[in-house]
Amino acid sequence: MNINTTKIISLLFFIFSSFYLYTAYQIQVFAFDENAPFNARTFPIYLGYTGLFFSGLKLILPDPDTIKVEHKNLEYKKTGILIIIAIIYGATILKIGYFLTTSLFLFTSYYFLGERRWILMFLLSFPFVAAFMYLLHGVLDIYLRDPFLKSIGVMG
Amino acid sequence: MIEGILIGLSTALTFQNIFMVMIGCFFGTIIGMLPGLGPMTAIALMIPITYGFDPATGLILMAGVYYGAVFGGSTSSILLNAPGVPGTVATSFDGYPMAQQGKAGKALAIAAWSSFAGGTLSAIYLLFMAPSLSKVSLSFRSPDYFALMILGLTAIAAFSSKGQFLKAMMMVVLGLMLASVGQDSLSDITRFTFNNMNLTDGISFVLVVMATFAMSEALTIILKRNDPTAAAKQVSLTELGSIKIDKEERGKMYKTIPRSSIIGFLIGVLPGAGATIASFLAYGMERNLVKDDEKEKFGKGSVNGLSAPETANNAACSGSFVPMLTLGIPGSGTTAVMLGALLGFGIQPGPRLYMTNPEIFWSVIMSMYIGMVVLLILNLPLIPYIARILAVPKNYLIPLILFFSITGIYVMSFNNFDIYLMIGIAVVATFLRLYDFPMPPLILAFVLGGLMEENLRRSLLLSDGSWTFLWDRTLTLCILSTTILIVGWQIYKTFKKKN
Repeated sequence: MNINTTKIISLLFFIFSSFYLYTAYQIQVFAFDENAPFNARTFPIYLGYTGLFFSGLKLILPDPDTIKVEHKNLEYKKTGILIIIAIIYGATILKIGYFLTTSLFLFTSYYFLGERRWILMFLLSFPFVAAFMYLLHGVLDIYLRDPFLKSIGVMG
Repeated sequence: MIEGILIGLSTALTFQNIFMVMIGCFFGTIIGMLPGLGPMTAIALMIPITYGFDPATGLILMAGVYYGAVFGGSTSSILLNAPGVPGTVATSFDGYPMAQQGKAGKALAIAAWSSFAGGTLSAIYLLFMAPSLSKVSLSFRSPDYFALMILGLTAIAAFSSKGQFLKAMMMVVLGLMLASVGQDSLSDITRFTFNNMNLTDGISFVLVVMATFAMSEALTIILKRNDPTAAAKQVSLTELGSIKIDKEERGKMYKTIPRSSIIGFLIGVLPGAGATIASFLAYGMERNLVKDDEKEKFGKGSVNGLSAPETANNAACSGSFVPMLTLGIPGSGTTAVMLGALLGFGIQPGPRLYMTNPEIFWSVIMSMYIGMVVLLILNLPLIPYIARILAVPKNYLIPLILFFSITGIYVMSFNNFDIYLMIGIAVVATFLRLYDFPMPPLILAFVLGGLMEENLRRSLLLSDGSWTFLWDRTLTLCILSTTILIVGWQIYKTFKKKN
């Protein structure tokens, strides 16, 4: 059997389906529902077996259209940095507030992607986020929590 | 029906809704012109904004984005031979050669008029077909719905996966598994939450769409070092020339448009088929129907060759609304996103939609027509200017897409966990995309997961746990047989390829 990345993904999916199936069998149902034709664990159990079936087939059957990815041509560094910035953004948005964290997220993302036009970077972060906030909060009446703006008295 | 049309017209023709159609078409055209970012991304990015409006306005906005994206895709197909969306690949066969002959403006005009005519005709078909189908679908029972959902999921896996049926089916199962997280709708028993309170209500649909489309597409662009805005920069520099269509060309279009619109609409109605297959079929059919001297021109700038796929792909877009509005079962990834958004509004599309919410049902149909007019009058002359807007560097575009995605989740939940979950799903989706695992089947499955379980529950309870419900009714048996044929054929094809 030719082992390629698609087969490895299929194997991982097979393992994931096995875990899902195991967890499905562990779902606690009410005593009177235990032998009912359908209870909370019925559908997940079928899903688990279906996952095993299709990933098993993918593992066993030949893979004539093998996808080859040239890893050396992929931009892992910038992608990784963007993901880390997004995680930091997610971690701070509630505590610091929407305006400051979003503006900083945009500004640093532009920077790490190679942008150096500082004025444009600034305009497309701080004033842009302020305008977007006004659209959401002021015009569309969608609530935006912002402790930072609240602390400096800009937002009620 | 007349009353419904009037309700739809009065809703669609309000200032706010006309404005939304214009914004949607404009924004959709921009996204559609960027190769790699399709209508699903455009619609996904719009979802948080639609929650500020009433459901009819929200759906009108999303529908406008859909047509705009298809139109935008045609533009980059014709001018650059770089289709923005798969549904416009066939457009480039004759559109690009025409543009190379210095007739770019004419090619765009033919495409725009064909899209307009195709969209208009299919809106008329939809107008008459949807209420009838709604009445028929009232006779559908749970087993039929369950079988129909399996057919829809199998069909989208078969048609959208470029020969990778098993990969697509794995994505279907993954989508259903994600949908099963959270409280069981009937017993309130929590499943797959691992004692995490944030998962009790399940995973948000917007989160999954944003993660698998908007965010993962942005990450893929960076990872693969693509530059989608490069195409737009070239469009902005292209000399369009005259956009006038002469009498002879009009004569050819008059014959092509009606037949292509019918084939496009019918293919669009089929679950999973959509604009791509419709445009290829219409192109192939047109080539067989024209006279021999015209046949020679195919691939070298034929008017019929350009008009047929453009008519068909727009007709298919309208056709794909039929199963969503009448059965509550989306036929494509894009309509699945719209269905999810409607569910978010607390509205369940289906056979009763046009009785319970006629303003939504009819205003969407009416707004399709308005959308076509907007695309023709506003977008066609504005193409070079839209392209200039697009010529922003990807260094700005990618962070802005990430920003819209994260904001979309933030305004819905005010929860860090959802943002982490979204980033996690986006990273997995980006990795899966690298190896050609398609995402539309996952979204469709995620949207249908709850409904599917509900219908299986009812069917099994009614048949006292017996699976005979699958062949007790002729309709269920027919739907299921079609599904088995699709699965069998796809597995057979995999074996045949190897041999």
